[in-house]
Amino acid sequence: MDNLLVAENIYKRFGSFTALNNVSVQIPRGSVFGLLGPNGAGKTTFLRIINQITMPDEGKIYLDNKPLHPNDIQHIGYLPEERGLYKSMKVGEQALYLARLKGLSKNDAKERLQYWFEKLEITDWWDKKIQELSKGMAQKVQFVITVLHQPKLLIFDEPFSGFDPVNAGIIKREILQLKEEGATILFSTHRMESVEELCDYMALIHKSNKLLDGKVSEIKREYKSNTYEVGLEAENEATLLAELQEKFVLGKASFRSIHNDLKLSIKLNEKESANQLLEFLISRARVNYFVEVIPSVNDIFIKTVTQHA
Amino acid sequence: MRNLGLIIQREYFARVRNKTFIIMTFLSPLILVGMFILIGYLSMLNSSEQHIIGFYDETGMFTEDFEDEEQIQYLDFSTFSLEEARDKVREQEYYGLIYIPEKASGEAGQIQFFGDESPGLGTVKAIEKTIAERLTRQRLMANGVNVDELENARAKVEIQIQNFSGQRNSKMATYIKMIFGGVAGYLLMMFIIIYGNMVMRSVIEEKTNRIIEIIVSSVKPLQLMMGKVLGTSLAGLTQFTIWVVLGLVLVSIASFSLGIDMFSVQRGQMENIQQFAQPDVTQLLLDVYNLPLLSLLLFFFLYFLGGYFLYSSIYAAIGAAVDSETDTQQFMFPVILPLMLGIYVGFFSVIENPHGTVSTIFSMIPLTSPIVMLMRIPFGVAWYELLLSLLLLLITNFGVVWLAAKIYRVGILMYGKKASYKELFKWLKY
Repeated sequence: MDNLLVAENIYKRFGSFTALNNVSVQIPRGSVFGLLGPNGAGKTTFLRIINQITMPDEGKIYLDNKPLHPNDIQHIGYLPEERGLYKSMKVGEQALYLARLKGLSKNDAKERLQYWFEKLEITDWWDKKIQELSKGMAQKVQFVITVLHQPKLLIFDEPFSGFDPVNAGIIKREILQLKEEGATILFSTHRMESVEELCDYMALIHKSNKLLDGKVSEIKREYKSNTYEVGLEAENEATLLAELQEKFVLGKASFRSIHNDLKLSIKLNEKESANQLLEFLISRARVNYFVEVIPSVNDIFIKTVTQHA
Repeated sequence: MRNLGLIIQREYFARVRNKTFIIMTFLSPLILVGMFILIGYLSMLNSSEQHIIGFYDETGMFTEDFEDEEQIQYLDFSTFSLEEARDKVREQEYYGLIYIPEKASGEAGQIQFFGDESPGLGTVKAIEKTIAERLTRQRLMANGVNVDELENARAKVEIQIQNFSGQRNSKMATYIKMIFGGVAGYLLMMFIIIYGNMVMRSVIEEKTNRIIEIIVSSVKPLQLMMGKVLGTSLAGLTQFTIWVVLGLVLVSIASFSLGIDMFSVQRGQMENIQQFAQPDVTQLLLDVYNLPLLSLLLFFFLYFLGGYFLYSSIYAAIGAAVDSETDTQQFMFPVILPLMLGIYVGFFSVIENPHGTVSTIFSMIPLTSPIVMLMRIPFGVAWYELLLSLLLLLITNFGVVWLAAKIYRVGILMYGKKASYKELFKWLKY
């Protein structure tokens, strides 16, 4: 597989505390990669190592199949979790400054800033100072600064914290568009819904160890429990229930329905297929609802973390 | 390198555009000149004040000797009784009454001065001198010495101080050297503290603004720290240059328009420190020009850079270690201490003996050398001492910057952790 970034056996210790313990991750080119983990798991340390802000004690990192080089910061855009801007500097001025620190020429930086400012409809902020803007507004500016130098790899640490839903939507849209344009996106979060929505790949870090990684769909397939939720209408619910109970492991289910359904969750064993279950149900009742229970990332997260606790 | 340039540029303009900076740059010389004018005015006011002193002379010998002087007017109360004389002086609120008893021979305690307040040292000296001179004459005459001949025979000697390369010096020159050295050393300390603090505040600002992590994802922390230190030092030099120019302009305007001769003010203060022969203004100017002004300026520059770098990298490390300015207190004392030590050693030891052991040692220790050595330079310091001192300063700079950068690197990304010395020590090993 073509990986943009490969981290091999990364260790990082702070005194007696181990922040990363043999963490290896492969990030495929053009993917959206979610780095999950509870607070304090070591996500930010890992991102800082990729950004060469901190150096790993052991391990190697490859960008584009070459060992990471100090000049590679030009190819990386980083939006840290702890982010801010100079309070007393004008928006345009400091955007220019930060863009030039990433290696853009003054004219290039200006041109691209104009493009982005127009795109996000913030052109009239150019001469304002950050202290006059709200937190969400300032974060829009930070987002622009992160993507301005068109990096191959974009790293967002908790990108949606502090955004109102409207702006979070805008940023989400922009992230996906950047992916379309060929960028690879790595973002870390402890909010599972955003992973569900955006990520193709994910890795789970807990207490300095990587517990799990891979394609999101594959992981989900691995974690599914062969359980189906069904909504049934039958003339004699009691006999149906007794009959089902004999054959399957039943549970209660709750989903929204317009019918007066008998709501059940049915777990199949390995030998039985969904088709067999469906055939059986159709012969006994009217089937209004039939859905495979796919574990959410949140479920997987909780399950994995408690397993390793 | 390109990034370092960008950082220096930003830091420089961030300092220079600051309102406080602009106000202080243009207001400070005004305040300073204003103070000079005030001091000059007050000392003129002081000297124009006249004291009236009564004398009660039982011997009748001194009546003619008490001549009115610029600041003292004498009144003869000898015709009254002592009691009456004292009452009158008190009633009129005169400055005091001198009582010379019949058999005065000048020994302590015989001649008395009555007054509500104790008289100024100068006044007492003047009175004592008058009486002593008269008594000496009296005694010489009693021993059959011709006083006029003696007076004529008195030789006047003034030793010309000259160093081996033939440069002339006057006694005045020593004071001028003290003043130049002292001012240079003090100025250096002020600059280090003011600009070191600016560096520290700027580091704290970046930390509390949370912009720091965005920046260090583009540049190395050492680059950022050095850019900050350099940019701020340029702001310092800008301010210094403006002050020198502005100061010169203002002093000349002030002295011309207000008619106060700055030199005479200075000389007047000198005389208060110690009485010595009045040199004329030309000699004073000559003495100033004889100072190694150019090398003083050059070394001020070198030691400013050396000392400033040393201290401001420490300030930067402190700024990185804390979350807010209030947390800096515990670290400030060890920084201020060597600076104060430098100033005290300078003012007490160097002035006493510029080439003594204490002065020499402290002008070598890198934490105090910028201040102490600057104070010594006007007195002439051997080139090898200067070289050694600067070399030590340079080496220490490398060491301190290296250590400070390590603390800085870790500290800027630490939030909400109360840094102790133990913690800082641990950071050095990360």
